[in-house]
Amino acid sequence: MAKIIGAIEVDVEKCKGCGVCIPACPTDVILLAKNVNGKGYHYAYMEKPEACIGCTNCAVVCPDGVISVYKVKMAN
Amino acid sequence: MDIKEIIKPENLVYQKTKLMTDAPLSYCPGCGHGTAHRITMEVVEEMGIWEDTIGVAPVGCSVLAYDFMNIDMTQAAHGRAPAVATGIKRTWPEKFVFTYQGDGDLAAIGGNETLHACNRGENIVIIFVNNGIYGMTGGQMAPTTLPGMKSSTSPYGRDIATMGHPLKMTELIAQLPGTYFVTRQAVHTPAAVRKAKKAIRIAFETQREKKGLAFVEIVSNCNSGWKMNPVDANNWMVDNMFPYFPLGDIKVNGELIK
Repeated sequence: MAKIIGAIEVDVEKCKGCGVCIPACPTDVILLAKNVNGKGYHYAYMEKPEACIGCTNCAVVCPDGVISVYKVKMAN
Repeated sequence: MDIKEIIKPENLVYQKTKLMTDAPLSYCPGCGHGTAHRITMEVVEEMGIWEDTIGVAPVGCSVLAYDFMNIDMTQAAHGRAPAVATGIKRTWPEKFVFTYQGDGDLAAIGGNETLHACNRGENIVIIFVNNGIYGMTGGQMAPTTLPGMKSSTSPYGRDIATMGHPLKMTELIAQLPGTYFVTRQAVHTPAAVRKAKKAIRIAFETQREKKGLAFVEIVSNCNSGWKMNPVDANNWMVDNMFPYFPLGDIKVNGELIK
């Protein structure tokens, strides 16, 4: 079976660190960073990038639309 | 596989629609308005009607919706969005016209305009974001504030005996013969967002087929007004708002669902 690997790209400066994406992720990939962006928000980032399956759940619930999702199929 | 190899344009599966501008949203972190804006614009994009769509922004938190939605927009006096939309639609019957209103705008000051636009069966779409509070002005009690819910003008909780009952606007307008599609949705989880987007799509299709008014309520959070963090506010909404404002279709194809 082909394996699917996903990745997200967060627009760090626009992320408001609301954390709504965290419970939406089925594989617990996302956490809020310890660092802050220019507005002082703890932005979202991929804590476990290898677990991302590119399901787009985080991007769909993101109120500010700062998440872009990428996905590739890996042939074994 | 390295992340840089995955993040390439050809592997892109989801990004913010081009019909949302790059302006940073003025909403508080976690506010459902941003999601509601985006799914509305996604529907407009998928239907390919962005050149023929005119939106009417309300007064309230979403007063600046015209800055965020990259289509033709106007902004109406407080509560008068359905009246302005009526004028636009009657002038240009071939355009798609929608209003985007909060509960303070639609249910309080604009109750009259909303009721009569629905009763006339104007061929427009109304998107109603209900968070049970006046968000922009600092968390005052709205017509939709729940019984016992604290706000800055009901600090001991809404007392039904003196302040009345929360107004179920969506059930109310569903009774009117002019409405064709009436539904209540939410945007707090991915599944709810996808469902809400489908509902908005049906609403715009209703307008395309000239069948009457389509009304989509989106129950949302107001974490600043409710004094909670965004995730807790969403959970509080599920526990408290949904029992009073149950999700689901109320009127489909012009017939009430029992």
